[in-house]
Amino acid sequence: MVDLKAMSYDLRKNVVDMIIEGKGGHIGGDMSVMEILVALYFDAMNVGPENQDDPGRDRFVMSKGHCVEALYAVLAAKGFFSIEEVIANFSKFGSKYIGHPNNKLPGIEMNSGSLGHGLPVAVGMALAGKMDAKDYRVYTVMGDGELAEGSVWEGAMAASHYKLDNLCAVVDRNRLQISGNTEDVMAHDDLHERFKSFGWNVIDVDDGNDVDQLIAAFAEAKTVKGKPTVVIANTRKGCGSSVMENKAAWHHKVPTAEEYEQIVKDFADRKGALS
Amino acid sequence: MNKIPNRQAICEVLMEKVKTDHDIVVLCSDSRGSASLAPFAKEYPDHFIETGIAEQNLVGISAGLAKCGKKPFAASPACFLSTRSYEQCKVDVAYSNTNVTLIGISGGVSYGALGMSHHSAQDIAAMCAIPNMRVYLPSDRFQTAKLIEALLQDEKPAYVRVGRNPVEDIYTEESCPFEMDKATVLREGDDVALIACGEMVRPAYEAAALLEEKGIRATVLDMYCVKPLDKDAVVEAAGRVKAVVTVEEHAPYGGLGGMVSQVVGANCPKKVVNLALPDAPVITGTSKEVFDYYGLNAQGIAKAAEDALK
Repeated sequence: MVDLKAMSYDLRKNVVDMIIEGKGGHIGGDMSVMEILVALYFDAMNVGPENQDDPGRDRFVMSKGHCVEALYAVLAAKGFFSIEEVIANFSKFGSKYIGHPNNKLPGIEMNSGSLGHGLPVAVGMALAGKMDAKDYRVYTVMGDGELAEGSVWEGAMAASHYKLDNLCAVVDRNRLQISGNTEDVMAHDDLHERFKSFGWNVIDVDDGNDVDQLIAAFAEAKTVKGKPTVVIANTRKGCGSSVMENKAAWHHKVPTAEEYEQIVKDFADRKGALS
Repeated sequence: MNKIPNRQAICEVLMEKVKTDHDIVVLCSDSRGSASLAPFAKEYPDHFIETGIAEQNLVGISAGLAKCGKKPFAASPACFLSTRSYEQCKVDVAYSNTNVTLIGISGGVSYGALGMSHHSAQDIAAMCAIPNMRVYLPSDRFQTAKLIEALLQDEKPAYVRVGRNPVEDIYTEESCPFEMDKATVLREGDDVALIACGEMVRPAYEAAALLEEKGIRATVLDMYCVKPLDKDAVVEAAGRVKAVVTVEEHAPYGGLGGMVSQVVGANCPKKVVNLALPDAPVITGTSKEVFDYYGLNAQGIAKAAEDALK
């Protein structure tokens, strides 16, 4: 899986280029969620441009929609659209590559941006799969700060009530949100127990920026019957460069020229260290 | 006196259509009884989803179902559906363009003495302000049935508001002229135009008869399609009368009255009087008591029309 690990660093560079060109973006969360998206799109899910209209395709909802830059990079790598086009147009006047997912673009199922929406929508998609006896799976990625939204727990209740074992939620547990540490803003360090008490199967991933660990977690989730699974991926906000790593100030930020140079160097170094 | 509320007409249509259209799904938020949908839930449990008292979830789940090819009808009290789940209506339904029909039951002041928390005098304004959301207030059970049948023919978001209580029939089983997004002209006259929606259509129609006794000839439009408003019908009616009176079970701002005034002002300036509920919590009482108190009845509408012509 060295391929996917290396690819994650290449895609990180695309994200940073997007944010430089578009003069803004949620860079910290993009970096933390990258391996989650890579593991989903390049291993766990059976979705790509070739089957994007197939009713049997797996479904994905980006609940933490503000990290659309990472999603654009991954969808482009899957061949849904060209990365050059995204980088050149991101956030610019009249662009279709806006700062949150929009389903006018290929590969994006649902518009998001306001937090707490993805899980209920994913529950609906999973219910439809059960009603039609289809075997597709539904995935949604939420941020950890997002879990303060009450609608997340409405969705969590329903997923468990309807025994949606075709649903897998992922929490990008990077422990930082715009105002600081999640435990200071609104604590949920007992996340594992919370989901468990809602009737979910809970898988903790020690390093949510390790593609191998994520792939193993998603494979395990597929074997669980009778209940939905949540993968709590312990990630690092700003992962990939010491310039940004674990710094709340990098929730939404454009690197300076100097920072850009260091960030790109860090990506290259870490990619190099893989082999 | 008709005993069948509009909500029951919705249930009857869906129970008939689901026999051949297996994509129909009905969702309720602990509201199957008040939505008259309990028979549907009982007869077609595989097509019914209960979300519990969780309106945000109700609408989000509906959007997910629609995205996977289902035709969800999400029924919940209009007061909660149009406010508690407003953002899901905006983002998951309208913005994401999912084929969800939102059914706001017990709309307006249907819940009477339960107070402002249970009134939905803001739903027309709220829903009309969302791009890609259509807003319908059918007047009687026959028109309600036609509307639901028409909504099953397209794949666009819509919000439908119906009241809790049975309302007097305007149309009949045999005669219910209906064209999607076109107002129904109930009566034609050259003095004043009465434009109403939902439960206010019947008193507007009765007001026209009272006005006729005084020699005033009224046009009456059943504007069940508040959005997209039938602008042609508004311009045509306003063009040939001296004044326009709008009537709605809604707050005075952002509803049918404001929309009709915009169209008349831009196309054929005439005096427009908007009859609505007050910009305040309404007085305690049944729907009828509330309507009578605020002049939202045949006598009140006729008087407003007479005054407008002075």
